[in-house]
Parts: sequence; structure tokens; C-alpha cells
Amino acid sequence: MGEFKLMKGNEAFAEGLIRSGADGYFGYPITPQSEVIEYLMAEEPHKRTGMVVLQAESEVAAINMVYGGAATGKRVATSSSSPGISLKLEGISYMAGAELPGVILNVVRGGPGLGTIQPSQADYNQAVKGGGHGDYNLLVLAPASVQEMYDFAGLGMELAFKYRTPVMVLSDGVIGQMMEKVILSEQVTRLTDEEIYAKYGDWATVGRTNGRERNIITSLHLKSEKMEAHNHKLAAKYKEMAEEEIRFEEFETEDAEYLLVAFGSSARISQNAVKIARAKGIKVGLLRPITLFPFPKARLNELADQVKGMLSVEMNMGQMVDDVRLAVNGKIKVEHFGRVGGIIPTSDEIVEALEQKIIGG
Amino acid sequence: MTAEEIIKNGQKVFTKTKLLTDNVMSYCPGCGHGTAHRITMEVVEEMGMEEDTIGVAPVGCSVLAYDFMNIDMQQAAHGRAPAVATGISRLWPNKMVFTYQGDGDLAAIGTAETIHACNRGENIVIIFVNNGIYGMTGGQMAPTTLPNMKSSTSPFGRDVKMMGNPLKMTELVAQLPGTYFVSRHAVHSPGHVRKAKKAIKKAFENVQAKKGTQFVEIVSNCNSGWKMTPTKSNEWMVENMFPFYPLGDIKVDGKLIEK
Repeated sequence: MGEFKLMKGNEAFAEGLIRSGADGYFGYPITPQSEVIEYLMAEEPHKRTGMVVLQAESEVAAINMVYGGAATGKRVATSSSSPGISLKLEGISYMAGAELPGVILNVVRGGPGLGTIQPSQADYNQAVKGGGHGDYNLLVLAPASVQEMYDFAGLGMELAFKYRTPVMVLSDGVIGQMMEKVILSEQVTRLTDEEIYAKYGDWATVGRTNGRERNIITSLHLKSEKMEAHNHKLAAKYKEMAEEEIRFEEFETEDAEYLLVAFGSSARISQNAVKIARAKGIKVGLLRPITLFPFPKARLNELADQVKGMLSVEMNMGQMVDDVRLAVNGKIKVEHFGRVGGIIPTSDEIVEALEQKIIGG
Repeated sequence: MTAEEIIKNGQKVFTKTKLLTDNVMSYCPGCGHGTAHRITMEVVEEMGMEEDTIGVAPVGCSVLAYDFMNIDMQQAAHGRAPAVATGISRLWPNKMVFTYQGDGDLAAIGTAETIHACNRGENIVIIFVNNGIYGMTGGQMAPTTLPNMKSSTSPFGRDVKMMGNPLKMTELVAQLPGTYFVSRHAVHSPGHVRKAKKAIKKAFENVQAKKGTQFVEIVSNCNSGWKMTPTKSNEWMVENMFPFYPLGDIKVDGKLIEK
């Protein structure tokens, strides 16, 4: 095993950005994710790798700095928590429209409104259905461990550049705040300006060199035919993601008669619920979507032929359950169990819900 | 007759900068935007910086500035251009980054982004075209609309008790430690165009020398929005806008000019 360290989820994400060769981070403090920018400021990545870190005057300014930075062909990121993400959605929609890469971390807290600073998964719909105005989707990664907070900083950036699209890492207050061991990877060297010219000079604002056509970064298409063509282009990209990028993890599904579906911290708890239920003789498994968009629809549909019912466990009033139902398409019963307000469901509660809503229901 | 036949040898007095495209400008005849675009691009060309200049277009009449300015450009959301320029400039510290914004964009919805970019002393040029009205959306009241001035949302004139006072953003940002050069100009006469261009050049040279935020306001007309002929609108601008928004340098080399 290489280098490892005990870290908070938020710190791991920040370290993941530095080590994966990010060029810039623009943020604004909000609980429960402020450790991201605190860690970055304390680490002084401008000395370690040359990475730029700036505290903006607002979430709105921060995402627009990301929008500007992403346009240069460099690897930039921001982070926030629910109310702050609502503010960023204008800029995120512009990034999707202008086809700019970048990573946005949402360490979700309860809402609506100012809500609570306690953990939640209530921004599922916002994240996977686009969130801002217009016809677009984000590629959404849901970490369930501090290690994944670290890994997804780099993976998110890689996917963002692969598809030239903003990627959201949808975490929650539990994953952001808890401490776990993280295996650290080797420092990736940031691209040089020359490498950026060579790799992204055909679209990025690198300066109009050698008399080439100017590069324009815009989401504006005043002619209806051009707007329609652009919408189709984006849709094709999302379709390609659905074919190439679906990621999920299964636990005890081989002989399962019932299935829990959960992401992020709910999946961690559900894994324990599976053990408790199996000790009671209930054959239950767990599917954890790692990408929430694209969603592992095909596998869920397949599992619907095997299991008798599914329970979507979420720290919200029932959001992902809609996508599970769409995937299952009426084959079997699908119900939701969730605790909200910052209350984290216990494994026993999940088993009880499974017994009442699915097995006995 | 060809252009060459019309322009006899030695008679050519003007060539359009190659940093303006051949696209037909979307501005109303008589509007100051075209001239402001031209002198900005002339400055970039004269400095030989077209390969290292990146512009940010706003929302408003000049949203399509990237159709006319022949350099790499990015379109920003309404008011956010200084934040977008901050991102670009921080990641390309050796390039000249500028925003081109109207009064609604810069002085209303983008007030926070403008003030904070100026206060941090972001190494960018901000070109602020102030015509006291929202032109693109059809002549609504702007933050810079003069007291008693009519617009489609102040049809009986701006009542400052009800609608608030016009905002002098240029004087305001001059107070901030991050601004290095703050100056107000106009482009309605050849003499004014020359002075405005000189100021824009100074602003870009200061950015090249990494001196911080350079802020050049251009008080302009909006003959369509003001519902006047171009000539009348320029006269009205001189009589009404200039007393409220006086032309000249406000801050030079980081020092406020004593008036």
C-alpha cells in the first residue's frame, strides 16, 4: 500500500483535486463543505503544483469564475452545499450549454430554503434532472466513502473533459464530514500551457493564435434551427454517457429475493441492513448506483426479473425511487424509505421498512 | 468600380482593423457601440496582442460582441462578466483579459461581481458602456437612468423618491484600492474618440504591466431607446448625461485625481 492518510471527506476531495492535476478552484464557504476551501488555502497548492485557489464573493461569482476558467481549457472545480448549489445553477446551465468541462461538488444538507446544516440527499432530483434552466443533464457521481470523495475529484475531471460537460459529485453531509483512511495516488503533473494549446486549442479561449478562426465560448443560439441542432448535439452526448459511463456496485445480489437501492451514505447504512436482514433469514441484496446520471436502469430492470420487490433508501422524501420505478417499469413493487431533516436512518429501520413495505406489504 | 479603383494611390485614409470581423453589426445606426468596439480592437492590434487577448461579452446589446471582435471570446451570463474574466485571468495570468459591459449588466445585476473584481484588483480591463437605458430589452430604466429621464419602465420620468437614484459606478470603483486607472469618456465626436482610444490603450498597457483593474466608462447615446434621431441623441447626451457623468480621468496610476 502506498501513501495513506486519515481525512475528512471534504479534505479528501480537495487533496484529490490537487493530486489529479487540477488548475484552479473557486469557492465560497457554506456548511457542511467549508473544509474544501479551508484545506486548499492551508495546503497552498500554488506552491505545490501551481494550482490557483480563490475565495469568491458569492457562489454565483465562484461558478462564473469556473465558467471562465473552464473555457481556457484548464481543469477547474468548485464546491458548495445545497442553498449554494441553487445559486450556482445559472452558471452550471451556461457551462452545459457552452459545453465546458468542470467539477462541482455538492455536499448536500437538508432543505428546502435554508433548511438544516445536517446531512441530506434531498438534492437528488436537482442533480440528476439538470437542475438549472434548459434541456441538459450533468454527469452525476455519488461517493459513498471518503476514498471516493478523493477518487471522484480526478475521475470527475476526466469525465468532464471526455464529454466536455460539467460533472457533479453529489455527496452529503455524512460523507463530507466523516473521517476515513484514504489511499493517496501519485501527484499528476498539471498540463503545461503548450499542452493545453495542443489539446484544447481547437475550442478553448487560449488566444487566437496563428491566424486561425477565433474560438467562441457561448450558449447563445438565436436562430431556432441552430438551437435545435445544439439541443440534439447535447442529447446525443447524454445518450453516449448512458452507453459508456454507467457505474454501480452490487452487494449480496446473487441469490437475492429482495433489493435495496441506495446511494452515498444511505448505501453504507443499507449494506449493514443487508447483513442484519440476512441474519434474520431474509435474502436481500443492495444495488448502489455510483453514477446517478446516467442511472443503472438496465441492471435494475434485469434484477426486477429476479427479486420480488425493491426498496429505495434515501435521505429525502422519495426522489430516486421514481427512477427505480421507471427502470423496473411496473414489473415488481418498488417503495421508498427515507428519513429527513438531518436524521440518518438506522440499519434496523431499513430492515423494518423492508419487512413492512415490501415483504409484508 | 472596384475598391481599388475608387481608392486612388495615396488617397486611402482609413483601414478597418483586422480584429473586427466583416459581420454586419447588430447595433442601431447612430449607436456608440460600433465605435467603442472598433477602438478597443484597434488598441489590441496596435499592441500586437491579438494572440494573447481574451474578451468577455455581456448580456445586453453587446451580447454578440464576439461576432464582431476577431479574437477568442466568451459570452457571460447577465452581470457576471467580471467573475468570468477573473477565472480566465487567474488561469492565464500573462494574457490581456477584458470585459465589455453595458450599464444594466455592470451596474445593476452585476454590481457585486464588478465591485469585488475591482476590489481584488483583478488584472483585467473593464469597458463600461453607459447609455442610461436597457437597450436590448426595449428601453427600460437602467441603474444609470438620469433623474426625470423617461424610459419604458419610468414612462413619466425617473422619480428618484420612488425608483431610487442613478448609480455612479465609475466614481464608486475609483474608491477601491484594486483599481489602478479609472476614466470616463465618450465616442460621439472625433476628438472624443481619440481620447477614449487613448484611455483604452492606457488601460490595456496597464494590464500588460500587471497593474490591476482598469476601468474605462464610455458615456454613449441610445437613439432608439431614447426615441431620438442619432444627432439629437448626441446633443441630449452632451446636455444631460455629461453634467451628471463628467468626462475625464478619475484615477490615474492608482491615485485619485484632485478635482
